Amino acid sequence: MSLTAADVAEIMQLVEQSSFDELTLELDGMKLTLRRGGAAEPVSGTLVEQTASVAAAAVAAPGSTPVAAPSRADPNVQDIASPLFGTFYRAPRPGAPPFVEIGSTVEEDTVVAIIEVMKLMNTVRAGVRGTVTEILARDGALLEYGETILRVRMTG
Amino acid sequence: MAIRRILIANRGEIAVRVIRTCRALGIETVLAVSEEDRDSAPARLADRTVCIGPARPSESYLKVEAIVHAALGTRADAIHPGYGFLSERPALARMCEAEGVVFIGPTAAQIEAVGDKLRARSEAEAAEVPVVPGGAVASMEEAVAAARTLGAPLLVKAVGGGGGRGMKRVDRLEDLPAAMELAAAEAGAAFGDARVYLERFIASGRHVEVQVLGDGKGRVIHLGERDCSVQRRYQKLVEETPAPGLSEALRQSLHAAAVRFAERLSYRGAGTVEFLVDRTRDAFYFLEMNARIQVEHPVTEAVTGVDLVAEQIAIADGAGLRLTQSDIRLHGCAIECRVNAEDPANDFRPSPGTVREAQWPAGEGIRVDTHIAPGSRVPPFYDSLMGKIIAHGSDRMTALARLRQAIASTRLGGVATNLSFHASVLDHPEFQAGGVDTAFAARVLEGWPVTTERAHHG
Repeated sequence: MSLTAADVAEIMQLVEQSSFDELTLELDGMKLTLRRGGAAEPVSGTLVEQTASVAAAAVAAPGSTPVAAPSRADPNVQDIASPLFGTFYRAPRPGAPPFVEIGSTVEEDTVVAIIEVMKLMNTVRAGVRGTVTEILARDGALLEYGETILRVRMTG
Repeated sequence: MAIRRILIANRGEIAVRVIRTCRALGIETVLAVSEEDRDSAPARLADRTVCIGPARPSESYLKVEAIVHAALGTRADAIHPGYGFLSERPALARMCEAEGVVFIGPTAAQIEAVGDKLRARSEAEAAEVPVVPGGAVASMEEAVAAARTLGAPLLVKAVGGGGGRGMKRVDRLEDLPAAMELAAAEAGAAFGDARVYLERFIASGRHVEVQVLGDGKGRVIHLGERDCSVQRRYQKLVEETPAPGLSEALRQSLHAAAVRFAERLSYRGAGTVEFLVDRTRDAFYFLEMNARIQVEHPVTEAVTGVDLVAEQIAIADGAGLRLTQSDIRLHGCAIECRVNAEDPANDFRPSPGTVREAQWPAGEGIRVDTHIAPGSRVPPFYDSLMGKIIAHGSDRMTALARLRQAIASTRLGGVATNLSFHASVLDHPEFQAGGVDTAFAARVLEGWPVTTERAHHG
């Protein structure tokens, strides 16, 4: 048994909403350490052994303040911020393939997410042209106004 | 207590106020903020903040769906709406009722009943509470006939208005038709309800309001009255309790009328019934009821020792009224000044900006409710209230002396403030004597030298 990206996300959410500040979990050769940085900071997570997709989830901030100036080396990578507050969904329906994955090509009008507010579904479009490098928003979690949904390396 | 987490749908000093009581009660707080308020004082005090939209209220603090979605998404048990914003919009209360989130306030039906000013008038009449002579008019002919009976000057008031908004004064009866058309058009645009009604204009009156708490099942108690006559363009600036110089009989009649009015509605939660007192005639008239906690609630808390926000939460939690009327004892006097970021040298125009210096007063009998510290921003998108300074004393003279000293020792730099106006009011012999009417503030300003240099303030 090993932890999936969804498992990590769920554990991070549980810890964040609890009054605990630190969790260390060792499981089948994997070690997960979660530490709360400060009163207003989200829980940060690190996985010692990880796959590429799990790494993406572990880096994701669990839904509070958006990353302001990302520490990425590439200045062509653009944060796509949420134009709305609501619940983020990465696929058009439960069980359907997500709108975009890491590596997907997007155009300005490519739908990248649905943000639901009291059962009203709002589509969010990329607004830029390029390739998705990271998906930070968590499927089914609250997404704040202005929070980074994903990152795109711009082309053209 | 079943309520363990509250989402606060407001900002500024009232958000800090609600958080403070929640912390004292061990209740978790989630604050819904606009982008502009993300690093505000209440945001730093709340257990969690959720950014629900950009600065403009229509896209953040006034978005009912976003507020309720935030409460559901953070698993908050209840929403505290504060004052202003959605606190008296039935839509928020209604959506809470539909979604199983406790609304810390009255029922949607009660908000509607007192929000419609004409309906509120008829509720008052049914409760045998005197109302200002006037009434609804169905046609221009009816209006002209009614106006002749009422005499001039009179007020054309919007049914959907309130809080000083949506009123037009008519000094000559021949101006009435034009005033009514203009008032209706403005009311339609501002409140979504073009209905207007007429009231006699009472030139010299005092604004006296009564704080009530209701259990929602027919039991209502009062916590004394507040005099809020110091107003500039219908905006309250200085409030005090008890109302100076009222006969004991009149005071008790006001309390009883407020309780009667609220009881008839089986009012739930904290509310305030506002009256216009005509002291020369020893008469009073119902103005409106505010179905929420009010800005000036601290003066009532000072003399009663009751935490009104805690009582709001207890009532919302289903505890009913924890206090009986005989539990309410009034000790001494309390006076409050609302400190706004306004420029007295420019017709009190709002003065948004960044507060460089913020030294609020402290000392015996002094309470300050504020969200402003050095470095705080006063944004242009919201009201200009920076903080409230409340002084309590065993008698009015003591409270007044403490408040004058407190105002004099307040240092706020980086934005213009109305501190100098407050100093003028508190120094004024009429105010010191007590019992000023609603025209007093205008008189102070008429005789006021308007300079940008006012002693050591700002």
